[in-house]
Amino acid sequence: MDGLDPLTLARIQFAANISFHILFPTITIALGWALLGFKLAYNRTRDSAWMDAYRLWVKVFALSFAMGVVSGITMSFQFGTNWPGYMEKVGNVAGPLLAYEVLTAFFLEAVFLGIMLFGFSRVPGWLHTLATFLVAAGTTLSAFWIIALNSWMQTPVGFEIRDGVVHATDWWAIVFNPSMPYRLTHMLLASALTVAFLIAGMSAWRWLKDGGGEGVRRSLKAAVYAAALLIPVQIFIGDQHGLNTLEHQPQKVAAMEANWETAAGVPLILFAIPDGEARTNHLEVAIPSGASLILTHHAGGVVPGLNDYRGNHPPVGPVFWGFRIMVGIGVLMLATAWFAAWTIRRRGVEAMPRWLAHALVAMTFSGWVATLAGWYVTEIGRQPWLVTGVLRTSEAVGPVGSAMVASSLTLYLAVYAVLLAAYVFVLYRLARLGSAAPQGKPMFPIPRAAEGPAAHQSEATS
Amino acid sequence: MTPFFDAWWLPVIFAGLMGLSILLYVILDGYDLGVGMLTRLEKGEARDLMVASIGPFWDANETWLVLGIGLLLVAFPVAHGLILTQLYLPVALMLVALILRGVSFEFRAKAAPEHKQRWDDAFFVGSLVTALCQGYMLGAYVLGFDQSLAAVLFCLLAALGLVAGYLFVGACWLIYKVEGELQKRAVRWAEVTLWLTALAMAIISIATPLLSTRIFDRWFRLPEIIALLPIPIAAATLFIGLAIFLRRPLRANDELSWVPLATAGVLFALGFVGIAYSFYPYLIADRLDIWQAAASPESLTIILIGALFVLPVILGYSFLAHWIFRGKATHLSYD
Repeated sequence: MDGLDPLTLARIQFAANISFHILFPTITIALGWALLGFKLAYNRTRDSAWMDAYRLWVKVFALSFAMGVVSGITMSFQFGTNWPGYMEKVGNVAGPLLAYEVLTAFFLEAVFLGIMLFGFSRVPGWLHTLATFLVAAGTTLSAFWIIALNSWMQTPVGFEIRDGVVHATDWWAIVFNPSMPYRLTHMLLASALTVAFLIAGMSAWRWLKDGGGEGVRRSLKAAVYAAALLIPVQIFIGDQHGLNTLEHQPQKVAAMEANWETAAGVPLILFAIPDGEARTNHLEVAIPSGASLILTHHAGGVVPGLNDYRGNHPPVGPVFWGFRIMVGIGVLMLATAWFAAWTIRRRGVEAMPRWLAHALVAMTFSGWVATLAGWYVTEIGRQPWLVTGVLRTSEAVGPVGSAMVASSLTLYLAVYAVLLAAYVFVLYRLARLGSAAPQGKPMFPIPRAAEGPAAHQSEATS
Repeated sequence: MTPFFDAWWLPVIFAGLMGLSILLYVILDGYDLGVGMLTRLEKGEARDLMVASIGPFWDANETWLVLGIGLLLVAFPVAHGLILTQLYLPVALMLVALILRGVSFEFRAKAAPEHKQRWDDAFFVGSLVTALCQGYMLGAYVLGFDQSLAAVLFCLLAALGLVAGYLFVGACWLIYKVEGELQKRAVRWAEVTLWLTALAMAIISIATPLLSTRIFDRWFRLPEIIALLPIPIAAATLFIGLAIFLRRPLRANDELSWVPLATAGVLFALGFVGIAYSFYPYLIADRLDIWQAAASPESLTIILIGALFVLPVILGYSFLAHWIFRGKATHLSYD
């Protein structure tokens, strides 16, 4: 990594950490609510199939949560180790938002998680349900504060600059900045779809193996229906978010469409290799007036071009391709979810064709790919700014040398690769064990506590 | 928004809150890091039980680190940048260790049985390296990030010292949380680590004033010295008292099994007060004080309002969690 300067390395390191981190909140945000749904369904029907589903997915939640917590702690340190200029310049805005995230959300999740995981037989049923609710609310609240800060970095308002430092003037405007409602909704739906496809994919995998059981069939059906309902909403919200970006960050939209010249009737490019040096596209395949139609909702609309923002716009390739990957997966999700929902509604889960189950298995982690691609579009799309119009990324980087950043980066990447592999491996292991034992398995299986009612009671009375 | 009292106080209050978070972190995560290192001494069911004793708590314990470092970040942004860029490598190493440790806790229970040993190893190594790095950082911080060979040796000594301290509080936690033979072994571990901890605290207490004339003057000047004398005397008394307590056989019905843990907590608090008194009002020894490093009063006020509402609630529900999982640890179950 000799050729890379500290700025590029610091960016790669932060990107690696935050990409690894976001995988897990994307799961826990919506999975918390799914668990609450399972618990409430159990409370209402007293049907043990719902508790089977709860017991399986609460383990996935615990594992994902731990991964999210530890990689999140890394972030709070890296603001200081890699980007000291960030807090020096905008700390007066970023500080309180981060503080509120830790104070209101992080503790709430961390404390009630213990009760939610291990408290089923120790606390009254209502308190266990309440703990499940508080953990779900905590993860969502966490997303609220972090998205508020990220959106403020995209579309900063409600501040003034005194002596070169940002000072807050209107907190309401800062929190509910122009892009915040769109980004928050888009992210919450992304989380819901990621979890829906995760549950559908893992359940379909189990169903293909040995049929699973009532809990597996019910989870599969609920997940497919949820995905089918949410994906059109997500596509609509995504379109609204794009229009919002066009208004506030036109250079990002120009990069997403790889459109170099501002013009009317701009084509929608399906494939191209954008060339930042020559400022043109190679091998372009396009639909005439398509981009104008999508972005302005009429064929003759004017779409901004990158040449209006020379030296001030993001690199085109990653933004252009990130956007196409995200949208492509969105379309695949729509097709799979609608077809699966239609089939299951007509024939039931048992009579589902095996190839459809295989398709669902193939889509298990599609939400992760789409979410990452989307975040790359919006984060790279903000460059060269760290805070649009206020602070350039190059001004925030710290004085740490390349060698040190490179060595720690290597260490992080190695650990992340191992952990990601282990995570996916364990997920499949959990799905395989899943509801095999009717009572669920104790977390630490010990010989004398073989599964059975006796062991269950001694647990409850101890 | 204008502060509702003299803005001079805001950095003082935040320094206090940050100090409280770090102290709580060192005691709380200290015991679970200590238990993590002690797992190496046991196998099979006893090891599972040791891990189970910290199961419902470690997440929330680690959150105090996020709050402590978060308060440094938001209330004293300049100091956060300066301190963390100085500590770049130990911080990176500690974070990797914390990651390993936190996830091994989950993986060891969920991975295939043949992989369990490997996750147990990761849990032990993660706990050990975390403690070593934190001790090293404490040493570097006390010395004002001096890079000389002598300073590095001192940092390594501090690293071992904090490992001893965490082992000590971890053993005390086990005395409180387990029973039978394992509890008896925990008493022996506590007896040994108690003296190592006392030695480490003594070395740091003697080294700090010798390294800075300002700190020396704060401690060895009349009348302060009379007011401060109770701190070392109380620490010495507690160390000796606890050593005597541990040598006597355990009480029937597990009475007073909480005493070692409570004593360890008070000892950590005394050590912390000593360091805090030496440094106040500086965040970086003799270079940067809390007023120079603080964020704007408007931002601090906003955070303070939230903190005053939320901190009592956090403390409240932390107590709730400890109360629900009170008594002796059992094998954890999701049922």
